[in-house]
Amino acid sequence: MLPSSSSAAQSAGGNSSSKPIEELDSVTIRFAGDSGDGMQLTGTQFTDASALFGNDLATMPDFPAEIRAPAGTVAGVSAFQIHFSSREIKTPGDDLDVLVAMNAAALKANIADLEVGGILVVDLAGFGDKDLEKAEYRSNPLQDGSLTGYRLIEVDITAQTVRAVEHTGLKGRAAELCKNFFTLGMMYWLYDRPVEHTLTWIQSKFGPKTKYKDKPEIASANQAALLAGFNYAETVELFASHYRVKKAELPPGKYRKIAGNEATVFGLIAAAQKAGLEIVYGSYPITPASDVLHGLSRQKHFGVLTFQAEDEIAAMASVVGAAYGGAFGVTATSGPGICLKSEAMGLAVMTELPMVIVDVQRGGPSTGLPTKTEQSDLLLNMYGRSGDSPLPIVAAKSPADCFTMAYEASRLALKYMTPVVLLTDGYIANGSEPWMIPDAAALPDITTNRAAPKAPDTGDFLPYFRNPETLARPWAVPGTKGLEHRIGGLEKAQQTGKISYDPDNHDAMTRERHAKVAGIAKDIPAQAVEGDPSADLLVVSWGGTYGAVSTAVSDCNANGIKVAHAHIQYINPFPANLGQILGSYKKVVIPELNMGQLRLVLSGTYGVPAIGINLVRGKPFRISYLVDKFERIVKALS
Amino acid sequence: MSTALETAPESPVALTRKDFASPVAIRWCPGCGDYSILTAVQGVLPTLGIPKEKFVFVSGIGCSSRFPYYMNTFGFHTIHGRAPAVATGVKLANPDLQVWVITGDGDALSIGGNHFIHALRRNVDLKIILFNNRIYGLTKGQYSPTSAVGTISPSTPFGSVDQPLSPLALALGAEASFVARTSDNDVKHMTEVFAAAAAHKGSALIEVMQNCVIFADKVHEPYYGRATKQDNLLYLEHGKPLRYGKENEKGIVVDGFSLTTKENPADGEVVTHDVKDPSGALAFQLARFTHPQFPVPVGIFRDVERPSFHEAARGQMEAAKAKATADLDKLFNSGSTWKV
Repeated sequence: MLPSSSSAAQSAGGNSSSKPIEELDSVTIRFAGDSGDGMQLTGTQFTDASALFGNDLATMPDFPAEIRAPAGTVAGVSAFQIHFSSREIKTPGDDLDVLVAMNAAALKANIADLEVGGILVVDLAGFGDKDLEKAEYRSNPLQDGSLTGYRLIEVDITAQTVRAVEHTGLKGRAAELCKNFFTLGMMYWLYDRPVEHTLTWIQSKFGPKTKYKDKPEIASANQAALLAGFNYAETVELFASHYRVKKAELPPGKYRKIAGNEATVFGLIAAAQKAGLEIVYGSYPITPASDVLHGLSRQKHFGVLTFQAEDEIAAMASVVGAAYGGAFGVTATSGPGICLKSEAMGLAVMTELPMVIVDVQRGGPSTGLPTKTEQSDLLLNMYGRSGDSPLPIVAAKSPADCFTMAYEASRLALKYMTPVVLLTDGYIANGSEPWMIPDAAALPDITTNRAAPKAPDTGDFLPYFRNPETLARPWAVPGTKGLEHRIGGLEKAQQTGKISYDPDNHDAMTRERHAKVAGIAKDIPAQAVEGDPSADLLVVSWGGTYGAVSTAVSDCNANGIKVAHAHIQYINPFPANLGQILGSYKKVVIPELNMGQLRLVLSGTYGVPAIGINLVRGKPFRISYLVDKFERIVKALS
Repeated sequence: MSTALETAPESPVALTRKDFASPVAIRWCPGCGDYSILTAVQGVLPTLGIPKEKFVFVSGIGCSSRFPYYMNTFGFHTIHGRAPAVATGVKLANPDLQVWVITGDGDALSIGGNHFIHALRRNVDLKIILFNNRIYGLTKGQYSPTSAVGTISPSTPFGSVDQPLSPLALALGAEASFVARTSDNDVKHMTEVFAAAAAHKGSALIEVMQNCVIFADKVHEPYYGRATKQDNLLYLEHGKPLRYGKENEKGIVVDGFSLTTKENPADGEVVTHDVKDPSGALAFQLARFTHPQFPVPVGIFRDVERPSFHEAARGQMEAAKAKATADLDKLFNSGSTWKV
């Protein structure tokens, strides 16, 4: 049930506009406002509309750690960036083509990213004296000439919204809250997006089948605000023209939009289903990993049991217990959580039980930057346990790739009887992109090393008798007849698993644990090289920087600057051919959002000297920054 | 459930003590109180009618936590203080298992305090035996959270200055549904209490007053010794008056908001023990009885029924399974999709 005005707006939006329409390749928009202004929702709706339209896209939410930081201040600004395109894109974009600023603080926090000549839409209602004061502006930027380099569009969005929803009976603050939909409507007109999806969404969220059924004015007001914004942009001489970004030519298939944490949830569930196991997910809420807990909690019908433990330590310990008990144990956390989990992770290494530990990395050390991204937990996961404590580590490169790598982490854990760490980060976990939906039946098989019941009087059961091919020990699950045995954190004798303090045995077992993880190199894809393989410069990256690095590499090659690129997804063990690749270039450069953690591991493993490009600003790399760096290095080489 | 474990026929349930004895040489000190606890547990298990492969013993770190190695069952010797959390995971993975947790006063109350209270709060079906010798044994004799003020130890050469706590009062504060105390010098009493704990649905905490012959020898002797116990132990029996003494001449009576002891009380004056007391107040006051002001209560303080976390959580999962099929393609295709 759409309001009657919708048909008018849609016909206006459906190519019959009186304004000229220009075609663009790609556009980057950032919606910025106060934490309570609904910017995440606005951005998500714009994203959905663009995805359904057929653009390729990448998004990046950016919000404060505080739930409601003081209203109107720079600290309280929440933003959502979307990059949509008719070409294949891999990042949410460097510079903004459009900035929507709902108040003075949002302008102040974001204006530096708007391209010169870019469109700046502001809500005049957010630029009163108090707003300027809270944003610590000495003069009004709308009047002092500081914005002359931009195409400034001033609209009293709040007043327009209140007027537009008046007929629904909604008044005051409640009416003002619809202003994000008015803004969205303006952007839909500007970029020729259809409004239907959002109108339907509003109905599904606030309509008669929801808890708002007794307040029909909420749905109609939000819909009215959306359409009013659309019509306002069309009617009033705000924009000289509007724009169209054509459908992208993605590989044929069926797509959906997916965020990284969501993809991780899907990957874990898919793996458990393939292996015929229940998931026991033990976790403690932590930003930016909590969405994995929330996501899995909604999928109980797949045999998912979620346990919100009393702390990170108990979360990890419960996962070790669950894996011992025969379930597929999973946990997710962020850096500070890994610190607390490391003791039980060591127990998991010692007892060789199958589980996946997801680290959604954020800025550190300590509490650091909870809502900002970083890649600085690599060494923590590689080496942050007592003793020689090897475990496999894989890293996802994009939101959709979280599915693939969560599935891979699970496959390796169950096949090799080992805890596996999956590294993602706040940027790809919260960001989203189109995902080509896989056919569940075509996913690779997942095997376990489950021990069968044993008849009495057939000798002692050997809990550490290794599979000769994988070196995995048997998964001897309690409840299985004849397999009674004792394990624990103390060093165990080879094969029998009995406590052993024998020096030769400890040396042998340490080597066995190491060899088992190292042997996984035979079971993972060879390292691929993108870009120009004849280049002198090899760029090596890992994790969530893939989009920015690979785009920068393509841009360089398109400009005649020869650069090759190896993006590593398997970090422990590395692919077997990686050393040979590293050795065959004149120069290796490693961009990372940390102080050089992969660089340290690679130089220790292969002795290859490398240049680091290291930034820790809580934000992803800008493509242009990397292009500039690569160009300089290549020029210095010739 | 896809982790169904039982493909083999059930074990014959006619088990004996011998079936639970492990061939591993026991390494506790000669004379340690742990031996009799092991004896009592090995005596109780065959009476429960549960196949041997369904028992799991999970322990933390400390002398007591070596216990699983001496049981011929599934056993998991974990890390310091975390046994209740590991055991919770085991029970979540497979509710058919009977899971026992073996811990000590340092393991459960100091480093593992958080896991201890939350395991009890959730009422996960774990049988937790807390060996309380009021000292750290394995690390060579430092004082523990149950050591009396003034305990001389390597880390407190001038005597400890911090207040000890009552494990049982802590457990009751954490909403434990079964709380009991017994002693290592009374195998018969231990056996009865362990059997009651095994029969209880939900988490069960059993404190065993246990003697460390090396670092805190005779620490419980003033109240549980052969010569002292009649005047100093208060045996709790549900529905019976709280009386003690050589001639049963002493009793527990109400004094204002508190309980107190009284010589030769009248019959009607003595408080009747009630393990089901919904307020928990009686159990709590008894849990705070300490020697020498009060007799030390032994037996079951509280035994009430309430839902357990693992059953409720699994119930939600089973309900969800009954409502929706596990269809991966449906999951992947949920939300808005488009074709290229």
